[in-house]
Amino acid sequence: MWWVRFFALRLVRLVLTLLVASFIIFCALELAPGSPLAALSGGRTLSPEAVAALTARYNLDDPFIVRYVTWLGGVFQGDLGVSIGKRQDVSEIILGRALTSVTLVLMASIIIIVIGITLGIASGLRDRSSNLVTLAATAVMAAIPAFVGATLLLMVFSATLGWFPALGTGDGSFTDLVWHLILPAVALSIASIAVVARVTRAAIREELGTEHVQTAVSRGIPYPAIVRRHVVRNAGISIVTVSGLTIASLIAVAAVVETAFATNGLGSYLVQAAASKDIAMVQGISLVFVTVFVLMNVAIDVIAALLDPRTRAAGAVA
Amino acid sequence: MATDDTLLDVRGLTKVFGDRTAVDQVTFELPRGRSLAIVGESGSGKSTLAKMIVGLEAPTSGTIWACGADRSAPATGSRERRVRGRQVQIVFQDPYSSLDRRQTGAQALDEVLRLHHDYGADYRRTRIAELARLVGLDDRQMSVRPKALSGGQRQRIAIARALAAEPRIIILDESVAALDVSIQAQVLNVLMDIRDATGVAYVLISHDLAVVRQISDDIVVMQDGRIVERGTTEQVLDDPQEAYTQLLRASVPEPGWTPSRRQKRSTT
Amino acid sequence: MTTTMPAPAEAAPAVEPMARSSRSWLRRLGPLGIACAVILGIAVVLAIIGPYLPGLDPESTDLPNAWVGPFQLPGSPLGFDAQGRDLLSRLIFGARTAIVGPLIVLIIAMSLGVTIGMIAAWRRGWLDSFLNFGLDILFGFPGILLAIVAAAVFGGGLWAAAIALSVAYLPFIARVVRNAAAKEGAMEYVAALRVQGVSAWRISVRHILPNISPIIVAQGTILFGYALVDLVAISFLGLGVQPPAADWGVMVNENLIGVLQGYPLPALAAGLVIVTVVVAVNVLGERLLDISEGRR
Ligand SMILES: Nc1ncnc2c1ncn2[C@@H]1O[C@H](COP(=O)(O)OP(=O)(O)O)[C@@H](O)[C@H]1O
Ligand SMILES: [Mg+2]
Repeated sequence: MWWVRFFALRLVRLVLTLLVASFIIFCALELAPGSPLAALSGGRTLSPEAVAALTARYNLDDPFIVRYVTWLGGVFQGDLGVSIGKRQDVSEIILGRALTSVTLVLMASIIIIVIGITLGIASGLRDRSSNLVTLAATAVMAAIPAFVGATLLLMVFSATLGWFPALGTGDGSFTDLVWHLILPAVALSIASIAVVARVTRAAIREELGTEHVQTAVSRGIPYPAIVRRHVVRNAGISIVTVSGLTIASLIAVAAVVETAFATNGLGSYLVQAAASKDIAMVQGISLVFVTVFVLMNVAIDVIAALLDPRTRAAGAVA
Repeated sequence: MATDDTLLDVRGLTKVFGDRTAVDQVTFELPRGRSLAIVGESGSGKSTLAKMIVGLEAPTSGTIWACGADRSAPATGSRERRVRGRQVQIVFQDPYSSLDRRQTGAQALDEVLRLHHDYGADYRRTRIAELARLVGLDDRQMSVRPKALSGGQRQRIAIARALAAEPRIIILDESVAALDVSIQAQVLNVLMDIRDATGVAYVLISHDLAVVRQISDDIVVMQDGRIVERGTTEQVLDDPQEAYTQLLRASVPEPGWTPSRRQKRSTT
Repeated sequence: MTTTMPAPAEAAPAVEPMARSSRSWLRRLGPLGIACAVILGIAVVLAIIGPYLPGLDPESTDLPNAWVGPFQLPGSPLGFDAQGRDLLSRLIFGARTAIVGPLIVLIIAMSLGVTIGMIAAWRRGWLDSFLNFGLDILFGFPGILLAIVAAAVFGGGLWAAAIALSVAYLPFIARVVRNAAAKEGAMEYVAALRVQGVSAWRISVRHILPNISPIIVAQGTILFGYALVDLVAISFLGLGVQPPAADWGVMVNENLIGVLQGYPLPALAAGLVIVTVVVAVNVLGERLLDISEGRR
């Protein structure tokens, strides 16, 4: 069975990738100038008890590899270390803030998929004149960094029109959270909408030009049916791939948007932790981000492979 | 073993790709002063055989001797490859990828001349002019990029480039197959003139029996990686023993050189 | 039989001019491409000479001037920022880090990426697989994330961010070069040169690399745009170029509060400059890519 082999290979690569990635993140602590103890404390002077506690917690007296294995074992049990700045478990902090970031990225994903793909299909099926407009618009949108988008949105929708709240995450209820995350989600999606729209448009164009679509047209099959049955389905692989990759990349960009809107999600906290050299915190959040990112990439690969009839025909994908 | 009169001696040559045997126990000799044709339909293993002889593919098993030296395994260093390059050269099929598109014909020849010989700049220029004359190209054609040349002109530069190494053997792997028939005739004439002028021996790979008849003395016929028939050109073409050879022959309208439009080939 | 040949029957195109004229390049870029090149050119010129222009002062703060608008004080056509510094001066001075930062990324990522890509294209087999696996892992680190981690470990600054981004972009360049070089290496002239005995090194450097250079230049331009966006973002986060240096990302950060207080111009102006340069770089990069792939 081709897919057994396919999934097995993919799984092996996934595990290897995560292992090496975790090792690189672990090394951050070792690479930091000065002793690991100094890195963990973020340069603060510690009481002897605190030093002893940290040394014990991170097994700082053990050799490097042993420390990595111990650390990784801890990670598997949900122990990501302790944040010096917050005097709190890293995993606790992450859990406390994850909801905001997950909601933000999900909202942005929905915006990107709905608007990006719709725009792309519409302009792909249209004639040239409207394409020029789409091309120009997407070229500009693709060049708007998330924090510049945030500036524009704040100016128009908060400062001028007063429709949306400017900063923060509201009173703690989920509806208020969503309400506060609308502008951040839009800021996060602007450039991605353009990317998805462009690729979708190009995929549709290419598909429209292929022989079997031309044949279908010449056979007199109704145009909408052709579009539904052939064009969108076959263009689907590249659309899924690019949407997926774009959305996966939002995980990191969210840090920028969260900072711009003073949203207390994981990303903005990662930035604060980096600024204050709270290495354990940075390691914990990076590990979560990289894991999610890698998992999403694998998911995209698998979905694209499932969509592609050639994959099944070939019988094996490495 | 190879005698002094044997330029090329191939024994039991086999190449396996995965579960496919592209070349299967091929044995033949190329005596001095004769030209050999290897014919067979697309996919019969001709190019793979050629690539093993010039060291672009490693044989799975078997031996290759050329000009008295063992070259069964591809050369390891550039020096050894240069030595071998002065024995056997190859001209490929596709005129559009046979030249570096950034080099003029003269530059391409100059690069090869510098590689193989210790000529001064003046003498290299003279040699380039000689080689150009040999393949029938003028100064102007030698000093433009390939983009400005026709397919036949490009193949002539590729032939001149092979000649620049002053090899004893040139393998022509479908080298004229992609050309129009009239151009093909011109290039074939050039090839025969070169043989008269330099004494080089050809291994002509083709599925076009008309071309084969014009150039080669002996023929081996390949099918599915094996040699199924061999003999002199007249024997094999005029009185084929194997059904496969008869079939090949039947696909050529008339014996002898017939300038007619041929169908598109898909050999690589 | 004679050695002189009749004139070839097929029509050969007219002789190509020896050097590809720069005019044909301009024509293929088109008016839009040229406009983009000019915008990028202006940014580069300002990055070089900006700090030597007379009358500019990006750093002295004058708090009473904070948020003063355009043309209200002599010598300040764009007005002042949150700390009363001259906005135009800061925008012009900001061109330097905006250009130099991506340039560092480009030089590091390109030199490593091209080397790795070329090696991978030549040496199939385990080395290729190994490089592919290594690149796969790097794919797992989004550029901004890697830069944030680098800032945490080594401290903020342009260099740490630029080196981190170089590492993050390495896989893209290496893949593009690998694929282009593999395609070029499959050409019959490369096999012919191998048979001649030309060394792999010489074939790579003298034949394959020049032939794929248009693709490399185009990808480099596109990479420049990405690097610019990521670097200003990192500076915006406070982890890249450090205040009070004039950097477009830093400027948006410093003046964001003005957007909510009714003084949007300083933040907006910096943002607009970023978008303009990035659009120019992206469009130029796509043009070059189209040209290199023969679509124009
Ligand atoms: N690098 C390769 N890997 C796998 N199979 C190959 C390779 N090169 C050639 N083959 C296979 O070997 C067979 C012979 O090919 P080739 O020597 O090119 O035939 P010919 O030149 O006679 O058309 C074909 O079936 C081809 O698919
Ligand atoms: Mg062949």
